[in-house]
Amino acid sequence: MKLTTLFAMLCLIGGQGAAVAADPNLARNLAAGCANCHGTNGKSLGGIESLAGKPKEELLQKIADFKSGAKPATIMHQIAKGYTDEQLDLIAGYYATQE
Amino acid sequence: MLNRRDFLKTAGAIAAGSALSGCAGMGRAGGGHVVVVGGGYGGATTAKYLRMWSKGAVQVTLVERNPQFVSCPISNLVIGGVKQMQDITLGYDKLRSTWGVNVVTDEVTAIDPARKTVATARSGTLTYDRLVLSPGIDFIPGAVAGLDGNQDRIPHAWKAGPQTVLLRQQLTAMKDGGVYAIQIPKAPYRCPPGPYERACVVANYLRAAKPKSKILVLDANPEIQSKKALFTKAFDSYKGMIEYRPNSELHAVDAATLTAELEFDKIKADVLNVIPPMRAGNIATTAGLPLINSRWVDIDWLSYEAKGVPGVHVLGDALFPAPTMPKSGHMANQHAKVAAAAILNLLAGEAPNPTPVVMNTCYSFVDGKNVIHVASVHQYDAEKKQPMPVPGAGGVSLAANEIEGKAALAWAQNIWADMLA
Repeated sequence: MKLTTLFAMLCLIGGQGAAVAADPNLARNLAAGCANCHGTNGKSLGGIESLAGKPKEELLQKIADFKSGAKPATIMHQIAKGYTDEQLDLIAGYYATQE
Repeated sequence: MLNRRDFLKTAGAIAAGSALSGCAGMGRAGGGHVVVVGGGYGGATTAKYLRMWSKGAVQVTLVERNPQFVSCPISNLVIGGVKQMQDITLGYDKLRSTWGVNVVTDEVTAIDPARKTVATARSGTLTYDRLVLSPGIDFIPGAVAGLDGNQDRIPHAWKAGPQTVLLRQQLTAMKDGGVYAIQIPKAPYRCPPGPYERACVVANYLRAAKPKSKILVLDANPEIQSKKALFTKAFDSYKGMIEYRPNSELHAVDAATLTAELEFDKIKADVLNVIPPMRAGNIATTAGLPLINSRWVDIDWLSYEAKGVPGVHVLGDALFPAPTMPKSGHMANQHAKVAAAAILNLLAGEAPNPTPVVMNTCYSFVDGKNVIHVASVHQYDAEKKQPMPVPGAGGVSLAANEIEGKAALAWAQNIWADMLA
């Protein structure tokens, strides 16, 4: 863990800087936004890709390819651009841990 | 990257030496009872996610007047004869059996935010720690002269259910060469692309079944409100069957003759489909919540609490929309997850997530198979205190296509499961 992260946590726990400290459930909350199409916790019923249990690096590479246009898409190239790299990292990390 | 284990480890170490009152997400959810009013895209999703994320620690009662859920998205395909009612109708059984939500089929008659109670028509009074209102929309009484009480003659079909069936029946009974007129209210209204999709799928039906017929799209707005270029192209593909008339605000209707009275024109139709001016669902307007323009609920976009009414969270179509945010089922589902996370934090004595993100996808059929989409992502802006669309993100389809037709149906199955299964 980085010292800066630890410092941010100390601020959070001390009741200061709460406006900038990330929610401990941020990854879960962000990932929930994908569930409309990709299924609750990334388990799709079909027709749209499941994300649950996919390796994080694979998910991040796919998103990067959507963003760059290397991987053709109907809609994901437009949606991927709405999230920061940090947010995409959290989302991919969350889905990688889902079974 | 800080993971949960690191956080717990470090927080635990810090807690050992200080008076830590508990951090959001750090352990046991605070418990409590949440009452959710409205079992649509917003309310059902909130109920499920509160149970799922609290691992059953939070009790949830969902009050919904209809015994089954009927989806507005995809309902235009029923009107166009491509799908049946059973395809868009789902039960609340799994919300009960899998997630332990207490689903009550009843009507909420009043809420009392001071006493934290909800009065129902048949199930007595419920008490809550936090209340969620996801009431959708209701039509403004008296907005169009002659319309009130005549919805059996002049359907809106803007709430899926018997009205969907009625409009379908009227179209199947219409003679070849008849006129179907659909009138659209001024924005903001529920489902911006919905009326144009409906014109297209009805044209798809009439082109095959009653090719001499005509469709009039009477839009109170100055232009098509969503996917304009794509819908314009779709309208053109029906070769004169669809006529689009902007700035066609409706002043009155005559239910006996099915006549729509516009400012400078009177139009007689064989099937008249009026989507009346609308506002937040009745329970929100009668509960005394502060409304913007007397129509839409003003909320805090971090907690989704109505402004000035702590403990009462509102979401979905009933909200005064943030910039470019559509009133859609998809968006209501997104609101629900932000609200559920905020409620769990608040029940545990913590602040809501300060950086929520919501996104939207709306698919529209332009015939039985081909679909166009619009998508957007909205990040919370701490200075503006509301979600703002991310510049450069989102967009629309290049052209109508069958791949997205399949995606639209898969979207429906997945979002229905996300809220109900």
